[in-house]
Amino acid sequence: MRPEQKITLALTAKDANRPGLIAYLTGGYPDERRFREYFLQTAAACDLVEVGIPFSDPMADGLTIQNASQVALNNGASLEKILQWLAELTPEVETPVVLMSYLNPLLAYGYRRLAGDAVKSGVSGFIVPDLPVEEAAPLVDALAESGLALIQLVTPLTPPARLSLLCEKSRGFVYAVTHAGTTGGDAALPADCVDYLGKVREQSSLPVYAGFGVRNADDVAMLAGHVDGVVVGSALIDALSDGKDPGEFLNGLRR
Amino acid sequence: MKQTTQEKPGLQNDAPDADGRFADFGGRFVPEILMPAIARLEEGVKRVLPSDDFVREFQRELRSWAGRPTALSSAPELGRRWGAEVWLKREDLAHTGAHKINNAIGQALLARRLDAKRVVAETGAGQHGVATAAACARLGLPCTVYMGSVDIRRQAPNVARMKMFGAEVVAVDSGDATLRAAIDEAMRDWVSNPVDTYYLLGSVVGPHPYPYLVRELQSVIGREARQQLLEISGALPDIAVACVGGGSNAIGLFHEFIAEESVRLVGVEAGGTGSQPGEHAASLSRGRPGVLHGCYSFLLQDADGQVLASHSISAGLDYPGVGPEHSMRRNSGRVEYITVTDQEALHALGECCRGEGILPALESAHALAGAKRLAKENPGAKILVCLSGRGDKDLDTLMQLGDGECLQ
Repeated sequence: MRPEQKITLALTAKDANRPGLIAYLTGGYPDERRFREYFLQTAAACDLVEVGIPFSDPMADGLTIQNASQVALNNGASLEKILQWLAELTPEVETPVVLMSYLNPLLAYGYRRLAGDAVKSGVSGFIVPDLPVEEAAPLVDALAESGLALIQLVTPLTPPARLSLLCEKSRGFVYAVTHAGTTGGDAALPADCVDYLGKVREQSSLPVYAGFGVRNADDVAMLAGHVDGVVVGSALIDALSDGKDPGEFLNGLRR
Repeated sequence: MKQTTQEKPGLQNDAPDADGRFADFGGRFVPEILMPAIARLEEGVKRVLPSDDFVREFQRELRSWAGRPTALSSAPELGRRWGAEVWLKREDLAHTGAHKINNAIGQALLARRLDAKRVVAETGAGQHGVATAAACARLGLPCTVYMGSVDIRRQAPNVARMKMFGAEVVAVDSGDATLRAAIDEAMRDWVSNPVDTYYLLGSVVGPHPYPYLVRELQSVIGREARQQLLEISGALPDIAVACVGGGSNAIGLFHEFIAEESVRLVGVEAGGTGSQPGEHAASLSRGRPGVLHGCYSFLLQDADGQVLASHSISAGLDYPGVGPEHSMRRNSGRVEYITVTDQEALHALGECCRGEGILPALESAHALAGAKRLAKENPGAKILVCLSGRGDKDLDTLMQLGDGECLQ
């Protein structure tokens, strides 16, 4: 099975009453040893793990992930090391893995080498928040040869024609950003975001997952039924920082 | 007078292509949430910038409010010391004390025409922040300026000026707490408020169309300088020199001379205290291409693609990236890029103060130090220097160094 199909299969709802769950971890946060533990615990409690590659200038991220990235970088995390760790970790789990990375670490690594090493590390796809579809062709070409997905993000501000283009270009799943803003934050999810999510679902033949600002079981309950699943990132990092068990936290979201 | 760029609407052959590329460089690497705002801005730039109405309004504000044209001064004492003919384009005489006002008032006029309800900006040395705060006060637009907490300490007078103009100044403690972190935070504000907020970017960096837009607004520097130099001296310069951080005053000066093959164009980067990472801000001389703040351009980065800290005594040059058009000019060889150290800039600043009665900004002092080196290498050359701003904002830094430091 091509890696992108592995993502789609894992994220396609088996039970309409139970939304799918993507959990985000910053790679190497807070250090290698604990990241390895968190990864295994998280993979057992969700449908897909999104591993963030820490970057010095995370312009789409709020404070929680900015800080987590800085801690991980200070403790020596890099794309190269995270791929090495995942090569050892992914054979132990069934859950597919995608990487979330700003573009520059990928550019520095080299696209061809990246695609080869991603496959070796059991990575199935990429989310690149500062790479709009207009600029994506070179990366898409490099990934497509290995069947790796480049997952497109859509937003409430995406015009209709562009929404259908992005849904068509996306591979694996479609990442629907709930509202304008950086990741995390305490703002309540806008009530009207379910209308927009409905439109994304109409356009997409792939599973649609809603992310940004999904913090608790109430948020998940509100979104369930309108999307195939949700992405939880900053709230999971906050839970880890508070010493909570990632498996328990994630299981509590889908009560 | 030579036709102005505004009178020639449409992208020229040296302008970015439809994808916002200057050869390999540029582009728009921004989160999807900003793409509609980028599209609106691009449409607005294409429609508004060449319109007679906008050109008239912009030129009127430059003339009657910003104090243009700025003077072109001969610098006889610097010329005598350095063995060359030195001319200074006096952007320090523009309103708010630097070339930044050209871009700030131009974009603020554009923002109003695009129905922006609010303006955000980043600032390093504070000159762009002050210029934006002043332009927003003039046009009645609410303004928020992000500024690194390190820069807030070293450029205190400019913080006070922004507040006097009614701007909200937000201290940025994240990252390196300088210009780069301020841009990160301004982009986060824009990501969070993409509909009504106009991001008034201060240099020829960032996603397309900013590098093009800012160049068009700053190219008044070179147009005036060329005309003034021809009127006063009857000939073009042999060498035109400007400092390069993001590179807006340099692009503004160089653009008019790109097609003049006889004019050597030299950009001066901040060499800081040494050539190791973290000791300088010389993206073009010591970096390699990468993506930061929405564009692909030369960048100070490590092997993993993490952006490196930069250093310069001049806050306005203390930035690890550079505008994509500079990257194109570097690779084509049309513009040469050199570095001068903090120390060389301070010496040139002292010479300009004592010799010409002009206190230049620390940024502009880098251009002077570059000109000094070029003069020594090219005796008798006619050198045009962009004196991009005044140095009053740097007095704290200069006084802390002690009286003797700048003089030799």
